[in-house]
Amino acid sequence: MRGAKVRIAVASGKGGTGKTTVAVNLAAVMGAGCRLYDCDVEEPNAHLFLRGEKVGEEVVTVPLPVVDEGLCDRCGACADFCAYGALVILGTEVLVFPELCHGCGGCRLVCPRGAVTEVPRRIGVVETIHARGITLRGGRLDVGVPMAPPLVRAVRAGGDGGGIAVIDAPPGASCPVIAAVRDTDLVLLVAEPTPFGLHDLEIAVETTKALGLRAACVINRAGGGDGGVHAYCGGEGIPVLMEIPEDRRVAEIYSRGGLVVEHGGDHRARFEDLAKIILAGDGRKES
Amino acid sequence: MKIAFTTSGENLDAPLDERFGRASKFLVYDLSGDNYEVVDNEKNMNASQGAGVQAAQRIARTGAKAVVTGHCGPKAFRVLTAAGVKVYNTEAKTVREALSLYREGRLREAAAADVDGHWS
Repeated sequence: MRGAKVRIAVASGKGGTGKTTVAVNLAAVMGAGCRLYDCDVEEPNAHLFLRGEKVGEEVVTVPLPVVDEGLCDRCGACADFCAYGALVILGTEVLVFPELCHGCGGCRLVCPRGAVTEVPRRIGVVETIHARGITLRGGRLDVGVPMAPPLVRAVRAGGDGGGIAVIDAPPGASCPVIAAVRDTDLVLLVAEPTPFGLHDLEIAVETTKALGLRAACVINRAGGGDGGVHAYCGGEGIPVLMEIPEDRRVAEIYSRGGLVVEHGGDHRARFEDLAKIILAGDGRKES
Repeated sequence: MKIAFTTSGENLDAPLDERFGRASKFLVYDLSGDNYEVVDNEKNMNASQGAGVQAAQRIARTGAKAVVTGHCGPKAFRVLTAAGVKVYNTEAKTVREALSLYREGRLREAAAADVDGHWS
């Protein structure tokens, strides 16, 4: 399993389908040298499963505009440019709303008078942990900060560029998810085989299509529910690479912060098969 | 003088929307001409963030000097104040009722935002 360079995002439309279970156990079977990125920065939890030595912490900031009211002639170019309405020019008043600023820097670029400068605004931290030879980078958004994507990008920006990277994405299909799955080689979509699970899987699949990413499915709690997810994946040509059977022990191990691949049964073999299929390259299940 | 009312409808008998930034429409009433126009706010209604700031600028551009609504958050209040637009909070159920209260001088000008952002 060494030598390959592959970036695997673990995502889902619906929350609570088992993304972290899949991500941390997949990283564990990938073994030493693998990097795990916890991009669920609003509620990071991968560190609860891969406990190790904290080797670093970086403070992440985004640029926030400051307008020099002496230089500013109230032309409004910055306010016109800002897609989020973070700058407002009304008569002689210049208003900046830090909560709405996404830190793109466009206001500074479009200002014809050089009146806009930037100061760093802290949004969160990225912690790096070494555990079992795996490098875990996890982002933690500061309380009250509504903007996750810059922090997700900061999580992914660090670490060695080669080898195997597993990215634990946030749930849903909004901006933080896009930041987490963009530029990956395969998106593993974890879904439960229920109508609700199927509904949100469809949204996640549409998201990967829009981004031109290759998607595969992992079915969690297989055995319950209905056949809708299987039928949908078959119709869409999305390979189902692994099925984790409905098993109370998986939930028990998870709730204690354990790895299912280390607790007997056939879970380790199941995850090793998944790793082999992924590293074989084409993401299609060998039959 | 023009006064803006937050509403979900198109005329004076329409409900007064108690939300400011995410009201679907603004009825802008001209006291001097006793007529009104309706300004659409659908785009802001569905914005993920900054609805109040955008809505406040929209109100300012109509030339209204007062806005009558249920509640107004801090960012919208800051923009309205900067634009010289006074804010009146009311529990009136319709635009017509709110307009009557205004004309009778029974609405008090708000000195600050009366709710936190994202209250609704």
